[in-house]
Amino acid sequence: MDTHLTDDVVGPLPGDYKSDVKPIWCPGCGDYSVLAGITRAMANMGLERHDTVVVSGIGCSSRIPAYTSVYGYHTVHGRSLAVASGVKLARPELNVLIFGGDGDGFSIGGNHFLHACRRNVDMTYIVMDNQVYGMTKGQASPTTEADWCESKLTPEGPGVNPIQPVALALACGANFVARGFSNNPNEVARLIVEGVKHPGFSVIHILSPCVTFRPEQRGWKSTVHPYGREPTDDPNEAMRAVLEDDGFGLGIFLAGNRRPFQPGSTATHSIAQIEEGFAV
Amino acid sequence: MTVDSVTIALVGSGGAGAMTAGQMLLDAAANVGWYGLMSRSTGPQIRGGEAAALVRLSPTPVHGPGDRFDIIIAFDWQNVERFAAELPLSEKSVIITDPSQGEVPAVLAASGAKQVELPIKELAGRIPGGRVNMVGLGAVAAIVGLPRAGIDAVIQKALGKKGDAAIQASNAGIDAGSKEAAGWNLGLELAAPNKEGATRWNISGNEAAGLGALKGGVKFCAAYPITPATEILEWLAPNLAKTGGKLVQAEDELASIAMCLGASFSGVPSITATAGPGLSLMTECIGLGVASETPVVIVDVQRGGPSTGIPTKSEQSDLNIAVYGLHGDAPHLVVGPTSIGDCLFTTQWAVHLAEALQTPAIVLSDQAMGQSRAIVDKPADAPHKANRLLATDLGGEGKYKRYADTESGVSPAAIPGMPGGEHTADGLEHAENALPSSQASDHQKQLDKRLRKLTSHDYGDAWADIEGEGEIAVVTWGSATGPSREAVRRLEAAGTKARLVAIRLISPVQPAKLAAALDGVSKVLVVEQTHGAQFHKFLRGHYDLPGKVSVFSRPGPLPIRAREVHETLLSLI
Repeated sequence: MDTHLTDDVVGPLPGDYKSDVKPIWCPGCGDYSVLAGITRAMANMGLERHDTVVVSGIGCSSRIPAYTSVYGYHTVHGRSLAVASGVKLARPELNVLIFGGDGDGFSIGGNHFLHACRRNVDMTYIVMDNQVYGMTKGQASPTTEADWCESKLTPEGPGVNPIQPVALALACGANFVARGFSNNPNEVARLIVEGVKHPGFSVIHILSPCVTFRPEQRGWKSTVHPYGREPTDDPNEAMRAVLEDDGFGLGIFLAGNRRPFQPGSTATHSIAQIEEGFAV
Repeated sequence: MTVDSVTIALVGSGGAGAMTAGQMLLDAAANVGWYGLMSRSTGPQIRGGEAAALVRLSPTPVHGPGDRFDIIIAFDWQNVERFAAELPLSEKSVIITDPSQGEVPAVLAASGAKQVELPIKELAGRIPGGRVNMVGLGAVAAIVGLPRAGIDAVIQKALGKKGDAAIQASNAGIDAGSKEAAGWNLGLELAAPNKEGATRWNISGNEAAGLGALKGGVKFCAAYPITPATEILEWLAPNLAKTGGKLVQAEDELASIAMCLGASFSGVPSITATAGPGLSLMTECIGLGVASETPVVIVDVQRGGPSTGIPTKSEQSDLNIAVYGLHGDAPHLVVGPTSIGDCLFTTQWAVHLAEALQTPAIVLSDQAMGQSRAIVDKPADAPHKANRLLATDLGGEGKYKRYADTESGVSPAAIPGMPGGEHTADGLEHAENALPSSQASDHQKQLDKRLRKLTSHDYGDAWADIEGEGEIAVVTWGSATGPSREAVRRLEAAGTKARLVAIRLISPVQPAKLAAALDGVSKVLVVEQTHGAQFHKFLRGHYDLPGKVSVFSRPGPLPIRAREVHETLLSLI
């Protein structure tokens, strides 16, 4: 690693990428530390604030754009990846990051996640997974366990198996897939830096506890563990490792080598020339 | 004796080549200086279903379908019952039929139309590589007096790549059909073309909308295919690339509109095209465009609804969702082209307006315009371009107000790449500085501003097409304009003055301008193609209409014909 993840390096500081808006998050929310990791990553890379766009959907973590000082677009539930794809396809020179949660990304936004993985536009998706809908006060999300009975909406538990975001990303063809834990913002920052630098679509799955509706997630501190292998460029190898993992392994699973999708745009004709095709 | 307009249906099941023959007939007529319009009647089948090319030719510009068909030529009668209602005939009509294909179906024969037999299949069979559609084309050409030179150019253009044998086979087929029909003397020879005047174009409404997007300055399109809008996207795909723009096929309509918003947020004028079901899916993101003040253009090529409805046939019944479909108070632009050629102007204007007012614009085209092809005078160049008001004074660190409450309501925009303009555009209600706010005062201020920027804009004369004078007026929009215009002109030709007001700017409404246009009117006829009289109710909700108001409104898929509007007007006098 040639990255410097301390606050005392020369150049922009993490604070330069923070807005002065106070987050609406509950005390103890894991997203505070993710935000710290994000701004550290931005400072580490020295991103130009005016050339950086963060896009989000709806939910607690999707509030992050307002807490940064770069360009942001806080959109609607589930559509952040599509909006971000439009930004990057139209203006390839911009740095594009997307923030969101498990419900936004894998439930209402599931189709866009699938296609963002296979489309492979060069942008980085940081998805904060707390296995619950926090903004609407505690319903099951697509990553919630089948027997979680704390929601009034599914008092007997959702009754269906949770999806595994990292495996899903690999199955859909994502080019860079990693997992972090919010408790360690320096490691979160390192993963984001690696993801942003990697060409193509990168998915950074971050376990980020919701201590309000899932207080037991405080225990994740002792559940997480290093994934323990070097990153591979082979999706099959990454998938085998992910399936062997318990869902709490941290690290970079895949750093693949698919070419990013970016249609060219060199003008070759005037509109007058095109119009000539209609003349009788 | 010659006629001023001739309306022809070429009918056959898929593979007979009816569409190709119709296309070649239109192109050939254009070559010799006639005007024309070709619409298509097809079922939902992709291949092998019924197909009819519906062509109207005239020495003067054609505004809509003819009252009745003068000529029907059928290569076979398969499934004709499905669309017989779309083929109105009279005793003066001529049905050309191949005896080998059986009797003329009763549903058509009952019209009393004259029947003429032509052994189409037999004639084609005598020619190596011969095809029935070329025999039919030859017969129709002879009946209407289409000079052979016009057809030759079309054959060369269409078949040049296929080689001499294909050209010879086509020519032989045309000759055979032409020779048989030459002696029929049906009295349907079209008046001589007027070759003088403007350059003419051969263009479909969907192509015209695509060209309008380019001319307006669109550089990004996200697309999801849907009938009858797909041709806009297919036309834009290569042509956007030629002009340095990009088209991306999205995974669904939600992604299409979302990608367009992303591209537009980054400063690139964007468009998508869809039909009713897709517009329904897009409405949430259109609301995001309203709230975040992100310009975007959505061309909705309307088809029969609700739900999947009648995908291949036309209606004007998306008016309500286009105007009212967004939740909350969400003022936005809705415009409707008034003809195939006008799809160009109106789409270009929509791009300009969306960018100038930083809001979504919905262009309500429809299947009857979008998938029809017309010979039109080359549309005049319009000055309208995408020109977003960009912020020049960003006010220093953290001072930029993306949603500043300006007098015009339009706030100078900062786009990524502009230092000092960093902000988060938001679908949440926000304060002037773009930060989320649920305060009553901020909500009121932003609602006022977003409405004001639409209502205080000067839209000029383009808000409507207005012609004629007198105390009786037809108020209409979209593809109902063509038959309405023709009906008004018939009334005038018979000595009764009448006005036509075809409203192009549906929303925001222009009460003062319509009041002026209808000044002195005592009778108003509203013409539209919906079951629920959506346009009439819309007018009633937003305008004071003078005098006695009547409505001619019925659903698709049957096109509105000038005769129907004319008869309704006569009944009102």
